Amino acid sequence: MASSFIHPSVLLILGALLLPFIQGPLRKPYLFFVPLLALCAVIVNTSLSGNFATVSFLDWQLVFGRVDKLSTVFALIMALMAVIGTLYGLQVDRAGEHMAAWLYAAGSLGAIYSGDYLSLFLFWEMMAFASVFLIWFRRGKQSLQVGYRYLLIHTIGGIILLAGILLRYQAVGNITFDLMDVAHPELYTWLIMIGFGLNAAMVPLHSWLPEAYSEASYNGAVFLCAFTTKTAVYVLARACAGMDILVILGVIMALYGVIYAVMENDIRKLLAWSIVSQVGYMVAGIGIGTDLAINGAVAHAVVHILYKSLLFMGTGSVLYMTGKTKFTELGGLYAKMPATFFFTVIGCLSISAAPCFAAYVSKSMIISAGFEHHLNWASWLLMFGATGTFMYNGLKLPYFLFFGQNNCSAETWKKAGDPTWNMMIAMTIGATLCILVGTAPGFLYAMLPYAVEYNPYTAYHLVETLQLLGFAALAFFLLKKYVEPVDRICLDIDWLYRNAGRGFLWLVKGPLQGCDTALGEVYRVVGLSSLMTLSRFWSWFDWHAIDGVVDGIARSVRALGGKVRILQSGQIQLTLFYAYSLATILLVTFIFFQLL
Amino acid sequence: MTNLITYLQAHLKTVMAVCLVLLVVIAGSSFMVDTHHAHTWVEQHVPLFWSFFGFCAAAVIIGVARWFGRSGIQAPTDFYSSSASTPCEED
Repeated sequence: MASSFIHPSVLLILGALLLPFIQGPLRKPYLFFVPLLALCAVIVNTSLSGNFATVSFLDWQLVFGRVDKLSTVFALIMALMAVIGTLYGLQVDRAGEHMAAWLYAAGSLGAIYSGDYLSLFLFWEMMAFASVFLIWFRRGKQSLQVGYRYLLIHTIGGIILLAGILLRYQAVGNITFDLMDVAHPELYTWLIMIGFGLNAAMVPLHSWLPEAYSEASYNGAVFLCAFTTKTAVYVLARACAGMDILVILGVIMALYGVIYAVMENDIRKLLAWSIVSQVGYMVAGIGIGTDLAINGAVAHAVVHILYKSLLFMGTGSVLYMTGKTKFTELGGLYAKMPATFFFTVIGCLSISAAPCFAAYVSKSMIISAGFEHHLNWASWLLMFGATGTFMYNGLKLPYFLFFGQNNCSAETWKKAGDPTWNMMIAMTIGATLCILVGTAPGFLYAMLPYAVEYNPYTAYHLVETLQLLGFAALAFFLLKKYVEPVDRICLDIDWLYRNAGRGFLWLVKGPLQGCDTALGEVYRVVGLSSLMTLSRFWSWFDWHAIDGVVDGIARSVRALGGKVRILQSGQIQLTLFYAYSLATILLVTFIFFQLL
Repeated sequence: MTNLITYLQAHLKTVMAVCLVLLVVIAGSSFMVDTHHAHTWVEQHVPLFWSFFGFCAAAVIIGVARWFGRSGIQAPTDFYSSSASTPCEED
């Protein structure tokens, strides 16, 4: 049985390592083949249940293949995303970018299948270090700095997580990755939750996401939007389900993301803010913790990956073709990019939870679970956020990008057009799945962790949704002049740490360097001068005292030697004469003193 | 599809009228659905509740975002002036 488990991460890692050696006409088939193989491995694994690929390491049992309903549904969507993402970026020549994407996907799949904290941490860090290259490969003006900030934040998150893991090991004596006692949280519970929460872009630990995802390469953003936050949702669902604070944090995320997305001028940054908001729904669902809420969070994570990747593919196509991402430099593109417009609108309707589109079957599960759990305040606020989601993503994005005022320069307009065939196929697959899940959610519900009856297609839910969307649209078109994009950036919490960094730099370059210079000057004037005086004294003392004694002895010895040398004539008779004379003198002197 | 959109844009007033009629139909249909299974009292007893909710929520979000942006959150694009920059290389 154990041998039948195939770890998809191994296939992706090996595929990535071999990729540079696959050149020429074999490259594209190979690019498509490897993630497809990983997807097949995940599909084969769905028939299994239990722990596989266990390895003894020191005193611990590492589990690389925990297969259950929760890990299976996440592994399936991640592997599928690896296929769609690679297909979308098939024309990218840089092997390194594909390698980074596959290693990133391998990290995500590895974390999902991990049954212990050690292997989880290994794959967790692999994700961070592989994904940063998807930002750097954009090679834009800000890419390098944004990448370093991304890496720095994730490294801090990793350290917090590791601290939590170590404290937990000290407290409970094992590294099993399972549901923690969230009713009685210890310090390690909080640290682990914060470590996971940082990757889920929980406010106020979220600022890395909008800036990183909007700065990634057009292909890299498709991967980024799927893996990091949804892997974090998976681990939160696994370890922190029912943790009350997650409801509050989730609601804050849902609303915070909406407000910033409404203000945003960059199309991909708008989508990144939308991730913060949508992941908020999942986090809230995990916090509610009931079977329906967890199912809702998982279902929403799955459909979110589908529609968000579709939206990033649509906006990525705009970037790929025109090189622009700002509303204030785009507009009216439906005439030049009709297919991209069509697919993007499907993504917009899906995220807006319009009937027959993806999020319609998942978002309401979380909101219903909130009402059923008597968390009415949370459900009302999530409904409020859902209205905002429709407004910025269902209306603002398509309206100002494909309609509205045409802000394109002549060059941008000339370059605009639908992208390459592989990008179109990838978007077709994404759009088809969004509609398929939205219209026939049964197969998605069958994969969810808990057996819960839920029917989204009730007359009440349908009319409720149509009213909500219809009248929100009315408000948008009446007030749209107040949401017209302006060419400005939105300051966020990253302002704090950016300024803290600048403050630190100022502290180092200003006061600290000033102190150092002053100390150097004091040392030069006072310390060095005193030292020189002291040195001169010791030099004098050495020369006149020590050297005087030593040289004096030497001079005395030399003088004595000179005298003695005179006595030595070289004739044995004279030498005997002097010796006997001296002996006689000494003997006579001795006798004389004895007689006295 | 492009032709269809161009056609609809050319007949914008008709499109708006159809949309308004659709809104009225949607709002009217709320009177015909059973609200007994709704989660809260307001959903069950306030007519056209979700129509009001949708409109008001959208208006409030637009208002809050505008106020938030004007209060200093929206800054010039060179706010974080970069010292190190390399030429942009888009594919």
